[in-house]
Amino acid sequence: MIGRHRHLIGLEPFSREEILEVLDLAVSMKEVLSRPVKKVPSLRGKSVVNLFFETSTRTRSSFEIAAKVLSADALNWTAAQSSTTKGETLLDTARNLEAMRPDVLVVRHSASGAPSFLARNLDCSVVSAGDGAHEHPSQGLLDCFTLRERFGSLEGRTVAIVGDISHSRVARSDLHALPKLGAKVRLCGPPTMIPQGVEQMGATVHHDLRTAVAGADAVIMLRIQHERIGDPLIPNTREYSKFWGLNARKAAEWLKPDTVILHPGPINRGVELSSDVADGPNSLILDQVQNGVAVRMAILYLLAGGAGEGSRAGKA
Amino acid sequence: MNSEGVQRAVQRIAHEVLERARAEGSLEGLALVGIRRGGVPLAERIRAEIGRASGVTPPLGTLDIALYRDDLSHRGAAPVVGPTDVRFPLEGRTIVLADDVLYTGRTIRAALDELVDFGRPRRVWLAVLVDRGGRELPIAADFAGTRFDVPEGHDVQVRWRENGAAEDSVVVREGGKP
Repeated sequence: MIGRHRHLIGLEPFSREEILEVLDLAVSMKEVLSRPVKKVPSLRGKSVVNLFFETSTRTRSSFEIAAKVLSADALNWTAAQSSTTKGETLLDTARNLEAMRPDVLVVRHSASGAPSFLARNLDCSVVSAGDGAHEHPSQGLLDCFTLRERFGSLEGRTVAIVGDISHSRVARSDLHALPKLGAKVRLCGPPTMIPQGVEQMGATVHHDLRTAVAGADAVIMLRIQHERIGDPLIPNTREYSKFWGLNARKAAEWLKPDTVILHPGPINRGVELSSDVADGPNSLILDQVQNGVAVRMAILYLLAGGAGEGSRAGKA
Repeated sequence: MNSEGVQRAVQRIAHEVLERARAEGSLEGLALVGIRRGGVPLAERIRAEIGRASGVTPPLGTLDIALYRDDLSHRGAAPVVGPTDVRFPLEGRTIVLADDVLYTGRTIRAALDELVDFGRPRRVWLAVLVDRGGRELPIAADFAGTRFDVPEGHDVQVRWRENGAAEDSVVVREGGKP
């Protein structure tokens, strides 16, 4: 259980205290990753199934490593090799996996709401690893962890999120978490990529990158998805890069010298982020990847550890 | 046991550790590891006392055994995990593992499992402030501040100034933790 929750579908229903519970635990989990033997027995005998209907390397490996460091057994199911291609429904696939009695099911799906649907229909704990344009809660938590690790606290810090806000589940999870930790959020991108009324979620909206990043403590650059390019949202990558991409020249002129750069990956180098910024001294992109494992360990430990409702042992 | 009693017990443990380390020629390789949270103040104080008496202050580490517990599936919520900090190599060292109360021995079992994941010490000694009996595993203390049998269902509480108590004390209460 994370606070009151036995599933992690999104950060929207999570309170500040529940988010901090995960982040505080992740600090201890990160220490485990630095040990000579990177394995602790806490989830021995538990199993975690990764059910991925969308391709992913980073997130899937991150959950897999997190499970293995905690001694849980991890099984990976990807849509390409599964019977989904033979026409099996989502619920049938999940029910079949559930019959193998996993303790946690980690799901990524292109349809918003798929993890929530599974959580309602299955007995095990469900963790969303990203669903459609809804949320990517573990990414939101690792962004918060990475920023908190750098700044000590997010209270009063300003974070700019730049890119395709409309289609970004990362932006949505960040937006549900950062303000609860006291950060101010600015959103920036082409007008076609900013959802209407998003200000009501407690963020300010900018269409000019320069004003969006001025004085910001951190800038989260989002990946511009190739499938959006050429459709009416943006004409071409050069134009996107010119107005909303970040390179060393803009960074030097517009950012504070200590502003940190985050990116959920994978990066389109030269489109939203130039290599000199992505690999520069203020980039926390690889820290995010390492912290991702620690945060996912904390999530799995809280949901599968103990004899709460979410675990098999509690029902035996 | 009151604050003076605790202090005397800690001093006695420290001098016994020192004597045995000298006898075995392992003073140079000595290190202390406290089990969170009650064992950490004990480890710190033994270390300070050894430093005063011998001029050699051994390194100090802390272990949090939450991730190594054997009763995870018997408890309600997942236990809180605190920081573990062992920054020195264990190879060849004599480790004094310190905890406040020795009871079933399960905490020590978990701590030993965790400790050996950090390296292979030459030997491990166990120092506790109170040995209350009631072992469920074949584990014994090498150094104990005091030994007395406390029946099951009673709780031995060690309060340390370092952990926020007004003064050090050891209290036995009826009907403690289940």
